[in-house]
This record gives sequence, C-alpha cells and structure tokens, in this order.
Amino acid sequence: MEGECRASPARSWGLPAGGAGGDSPGGDVPLPGSISSSALLQTEVLDLDEDEDDLEVFSKDASLMDMNSFSPLMPTSPLSMINQVKFEDEPDLKDLFITVDEPESHVTTIETFITYRIITKTSRGEFDSSEFEVRRRYQDFLWLKEKLEEAHPTLIIPPLPEKFIVKGMVERFNDDFIETRRKALHKFLNRIADHPTLTFNEDFKIFLTAEAWEFSSHKKQGPGLLSRMGQSVRAVALSMKGVKSRPEEFMEMNNFIEIFSHKINLIDKISQRIYKEEREYLDEMKEYGPIHILWSASEEDLADTLKSVASCIDECCKATEKRMSGLSEALLPVVHEYVLYSEMLMAVMKRRDQIQTELDSKVEALTSKKADTDLLTEEIGKLEDKVECANNALKADWDRWRQNMQNDIKSAFTNMAEENILYYEQCLATWESFLTSQTDLHLEEASEDKL
Amino acid sequence: MTESNFSLKKIEISVSEAEKRTGRNAMNMQETYTAYLIETRSVEHSDGQSVLTDSLWRRCSAFEWLRNYLLVYYPHVVVPPLPEKRAEFVWHKLSADNMDPDFVERRRIGLENFLLRLASHPILCRDKIFYLFLTQEGNWKETVNETGFQLKADSRLKALNATFRVKNPDKRFIELKHYSDELQSVISHLLRVRARVADRLYGVYKVHGNYGRVFSEWSAIEKEMGDGLQSAGHHMDVYASSIDDILEDEEHYADQLKEYLFYAEALRAVCRKHELMQYDLEMAAQDLASKKQQCEELATGGELFSIWVCGIIITNLKTFSLKGVTTQLFGQETPEQREARIKMLEEQIKEGEQQLKSKNLEGREFVKNAWADIERFKEQKNHDLKEALISYAVMQISMCKKGIQVWTNAKECFSKM
Repeated sequence: MEGECRASPARSWGLPAGGAGGDSPGGDVPLPGSISSSALLQTEVLDLDEDEDDLEVFSKDASLMDMNSFSPLMPTSPLSMINQVKFEDEPDLKDLFITVDEPESHVTTIETFITYRIITKTSRGEFDSSEFEVRRRYQDFLWLKEKLEEAHPTLIIPPLPEKFIVKGMVERFNDDFIETRRKALHKFLNRIADHPTLTFNEDFKIFLTAEAWEFSSHKKQGPGLLSRMGQSVRAVALSMKGVKSRPEEFMEMNNFIEIFSHKINLIDKISQRIYKEEREYLDEMKEYGPIHILWSASEEDLADTLKSVASCIDECCKATEKRMSGLSEALLPVVHEYVLYSEMLMAVMKRRDQIQTELDSKVEALTSKKADTDLLTEEIGKLEDKVECANNALKADWDRWRQNMQNDIKSAFTNMAEENILYYEQCLATWESFLTSQTDLHLEEASEDKL
Repeated sequence: MTESNFSLKKIEISVSEAEKRTGRNAMNMQETYTAYLIETRSVEHSDGQSVLTDSLWRRCSAFEWLRNYLLVYYPHVVVPPLPEKRAEFVWHKLSADNMDPDFVERRRIGLENFLLRLASHPILCRDKIFYLFLTQEGNWKETVNETGFQLKADSRLKALNATFRVKNPDKRFIELKHYSDELQSVISHLLRVRARVADRLYGVYKVHGNYGRVFSEWSAIEKEMGDGLQSAGHHMDVYASSIDDILEDEEHYADQLKEYLFYAEALRAVCRKHELMQYDLEMAAQDLASKKQQCEELATGGELFSIWVCGIIITNLKTFSLKGVTTQLFGQETPEQREARIKMLEEQIKEGEQQLKSKNLEGREFVKNAWADIERFKEQKNHDLKEALISYAVMQISMCKKGIQVWTNAKECFSKM
C-alpha cells in the first residue's frame, strides 16, 4: 500500500522474543550479524506494510543501518553475498515450498480457461496449516502481481509469463504453450517466496492458501476500479511532467536497464532462432539417414558400411534432440524471463520517478508559494520519507536482482555450453566407433586376402 | 588406336592450374572459357624423382572430345565420367556460379581425377589419342577427327529414350541396367538431402555468431560479468566461422559421390551397346531366316506348283496354256527369272550366315570383355565408395572435436562470469 512509510526495518528482520507487536516469522530467521542467513539481505529492505508497533524497538538499530552500503556489522564480501542469494540451493533455510502443476481445462458457458494446481508446504507459524492445495487461473496470478506492485511499487516484482504469445502459436490451449506457462508460473511463485520482503506479503499468503470462494471474495476488496483508475491517471499526469533530476545512481541504473533490456531481447531472439535452426537441421537429418539404408539394398559389399553410416546418423539425431530439449529447458525460459524482467525494471524505474516527481512538484509549489505553506511542508515531509523509502527499497532490491541475474545467466549459458559439449561428445563417440569397426574390417579383409 | 609399347604406368599426371580466358569461337564471337594446364611427369626408376616431360593447356571441350572418342572406340569399357559442368546439388550459401573460383577449383580436381582414372585403366591407358592428349600441343583435335570416330559413333546409342525390343538379352546386363538406375536415383537423393542438411547446419553455426556481438556490447555495462561475457563472445565467433571449412571439406565428399552418380550413366552406355548389338544380331538372324524361307518357298513352290498345274490342266483342258498359267501365278516372271532370284537369295543367305556368325562372335567377345571391365569397375566402386564413407566419418569426427573445444572454452568463460 502506498501508505505512510516509516524508516523502519522489515518486520521480517525479526529479533526474537523481543519482537513486539507483529508476528515474527518462523524460527529459522536468524539474528542480524549472523553470516549465513538469507535474512541478511532482508535487513536492507524496508517493508512498507510495517506495523507501527515494531517501530520503537527497532528504530534505534535501524539508524545504524547505512542503506547505501552494507553495514560493517555484516560481512559484505562478494563471496558471502553470492552464497546467500542462492536460496534455491539452501533448502534448510527455505520454509516455503511451492509447486505449480496439473493444468486443467474448465469449460463454462461464457469461457474456457485453464487452472493450475498450487501446492504449498510450509513450516511458518503464520500459516494455519503446513500444507495447502488450491487451484488458480492466470487471472489470479495477474491479480497477485498487481497487488504486489501496489504494495511495493519500487520492488522488483518477478515477471509473469505473457498473456498471449504474439508470434507463432495463436492457440491458447496448445500443450507446449500450457507447459511453458506452467513452468513460468512455478518460477514466478518461487521467486516471490524467495524474496525477503514479498514472501511475507499478505495477499501472497491468501493466494497460496485461500479456498476458491474465500479467494474470490478477498479479490473484490481493496481499492475499487475507479480509484485504481484515478491513481493511474494521476500517475500518467506525473510521468508526463518528467523527472527533474534523478539521483546519480538511478541514472546509472536506468542506463543499465535500457542497455540490458536491449541486449537481453536480442539474446532472446538469437536463442529462439538457434532452436528453430536446430529443429530444421534435425528434420533434414532424419531424412538423411534412411537414404543410406535404401542404398544398401542395392549393394552387396557396401551394404554393411552404408547401414552403419545410417545408424551413426540416427544416433546423431538422438543427440540433437537431446541438445534441443536441454536448450528449451535450461536456456530459453531463463533468457525469456529476463526479457520480462527488463520490462518490469522499466516499470519500477517509472514508478520510482513518479514518486520523486510528486515530491518535486510539491517542492516547486512551496517555493512558488502557491498554496498553504504549512500544509505543504507537512506533505513534503511525508513525501520525502516516501521517496527515501522507495529509493532504498529499490537500491537494495536492485543489488539483489543483479546478483540473481548474474547467477541465472551464468548458469543458463553454462548449461547451454554443457549441452553442446555433450552433444559433440556423443556424436564423436558414434563416428569413432564406426571408424574403428571399418578399419578392423579392413584389417580382417587384408589378412583374409593374404591367406 | 593403341600403342602396345606405350604405357602410362610410370607417369604422373596433374591438372595443376585453371585459367579464365577469352577468345573467339568458331562463329568469331567473343567467349569466355576456362583452360587447364596439364602437366606430365615421368618417374625415374632409380631415384623415384619425377621429371616434367610435358606441359600444355587444354580447355573443357578437349576433355569432352577425348571422352567421346573413347566411348566410340571402347564401347565395352565403363569409361570414367567427366566432372559436372554446372554446379548442381548446391546448398544455397554455396555459389552456383560456374565462374566461382571454388567451383573452378573443384572442377580442376575433377578433371585431374578423370585423367588419373584413364591412366590407371588397364585398357584405356594404352590409347594413343589419350597419350597425344597429354603430349601433343597443337592439332590434337585434327588428329582425333582423322580417326573418324564421329562417323563410327552409333547415333542410336545417344538416343536415350529408344527402346529396342530385344528378345534374348544377357540377363546380367538387364540387372546391371537396373542397378545403374537405382544407383543414380539413390545418389541423387542423397546429394539433395546432404545439401539441405549442410544448409541447416550452416544456419545453426552462423546464428551463434550473433551472440558474439551482443555479448560484447553487454559486457560494457557489466562489472563482474563483463570479462566472461566478452571472451565467451569471442568463442562464439570462432564457432560460427568454423562451419565454412567444415562444409568446404564436405563438398569434396559430395564430389566423390557425384563421380559415381555420373558413372551410372557410363554403365548404362555399356548396357545399351550390348542391347544394340543383340538387337542387330537378332535382326540379322530374323532377316536370314526370312530369306531362307523365301528361298525355300521359291524352290518348293515350283514342285507343288507343277502338281497343282496338272490339276488345272486336267480341269481346264480347253483353255490350258502353260505360259498363261504361270503368268497367272507368277506375274510376268519366267522360270529363268525365278532361278536367278533363287540364286541371288542363296548368295545372300550365305553372306548372311557369315555375317551372323561374325556378329555372334562379336557379341560374345563384347559380353566377355564388357563383363571383365564391369567386374573391375565393381571392385573399384566398392573400394572408392567405402573410402569416401570413411572419409565422411573422419570429417564428422573432426567437426565434433572442434565443437568440443570451442564449447569447452566458452563454458570456462561462462563459469568465470
């Protein structure tokens, strides 16, 4: 919610026992100052949902925090940072496990749609149970994303798979499309679960746990359509004004986002194209092998050699198929997710700019003494806090995002390289064994001739 | 034309250069053609050193003349084919332009291969015209013309669509014709698909090259990832450009297959020659048989006739006149004329029997010699194609090894990001 912001730490910081007011998250959120904790990052993030009750206890500690760099209280070596961001690799720290599977088609008189089964397993206290199973459709995911964006306008919310595929398949319910979407939705929820702030979002919890009727009634709450429209109109008006001066680091960030977006889009296109070319190569190869078998039918001496060649080509086809499936699992979805991420980043940048513009316009109003100065000053004070919160939230999340991106990209491309190495190794083995068998035969024949 | 003392076994032949030339043709028009330098070296026994003995330029048409001459004078031989004049089975990135240097180069190799095939053929290597082709700079064409081979050429052999109703062809030749049809069809198909595979493979490799450029641009905004991206990009470029050499090598493999594609036609030529000879033989036999029958009819017809005539005489006593009756039956021919005819026929029959005998002999000789060469050809084919398939495997292995190296390097760069 774009409510008031307190310069307070995330409620998920969770000093034990002394945590007044708000619930403390599950017992495995460690103390500040400890090295191995994923919660270390959480300390940088400000949860705008914060209950005021926590304020007094934590505010003093919060002031020790230099939001622009890591406090000396915590180890900040890049190595420890890298270790910490791999949430998926540290199952002992995860307390929320989500799977998305079993797409099912539903037909009503008005429409046909697909729902996905979502299973959540958790040990967190605030969840009523340790296991949940619900069904959600794409619209529901969209709702969740919007709620998260509302609540955390300058956090980098994970992207959702697209509503439609523009090129290629138009059919919404094509099997490949559904499977790709399912995997992306699974990623989406897990990324939220791994996010230090978003993981504790109330709407997220409801999304994961509420029964159908409970869920739909909950969705109807919150700012109505008209007020949402009003907000966005204001936002557009503000964005038209443009940002007067972005702080240096955000200029850099924006520059990065622009270039990154361009490059990742190109890489997405290149990767898709490679997949397509490989598919066409495979199709031709599948026709190539059998011709040798056909030929062998009219030959005597050559028949065996020709059949062997055909089987080698066949093996290479299998290797190609494997390489293709490896690409489509490891590389393509990752690259595509970051294409969507880059769009998300631009939106986040815009939202941050809007918040700043709001402040700037009020400041301008004050200096030109257009309205009641006292009121303005108070408003400005609040807005300044808001801007600082927003900026800090973004900065912290940005660093986290950069790290994640680096790891994901590194991992995706390393996998691609491995798939290719494996492919060539398999083909090599096939052809080498053919060669050996042929030269062995040569030697056999030669020795036979000598006899 | 053969020269029994002459042997090309201790001679090395090479087509060492190809040159584009312009000149005026028979109709005094400007034309561009390619000329090839043929160098002949004789190998000295003692030290194995080779000495350049002859060096001359020949254009394509000369090669064609040589081959056509050989086809006429050695119909029982499976005459090695010439390389293609126009680039076919081309995958689309490769130029189909006949003047393209790569094509000209492959043609040069093909022509050299043609001459080497001739030189290693037990019969053809002794041919004088072939020898002159390698050694006689001027007037070679005139020399060939003087052999009158064009006149000797049976135009029926060229008529590809002509079918001859042959009653008793040698079954082996029928099988061979089928085999050559199948060989041609399967190799064509193989070459077509290979070209498509090459095309696709080219696409896969080249698209990777784009990674190189984008990684390089991306690395500019990255601090930690930058170096890894940049160097990985370089490897992607290496990968993308490696396909050019790979496919060029494969083109040589395709050429080896193409030679045997064209050999199929040479096989068919021998079969057709046999068919023609058999046809001529059967026609001659038929002609002989009909002449014999005619003769018999003429001869025996007289005896039967006289019996019959008596009958008529007896029944037609009033109007009987021998002359009149014979005129009714034989037209204006007199017995003398008939006798003359019979004599002529008997001579023709004698001639015909001689001809048939020699044709039969010829036919059997042809079958024997042709089949000997066909057996030789089969062995050559099996050996060569096996080698070609093995060399294909070697090429694939080399391609895989290159791939492993490039991707291993790239993986290292990625892991350092």
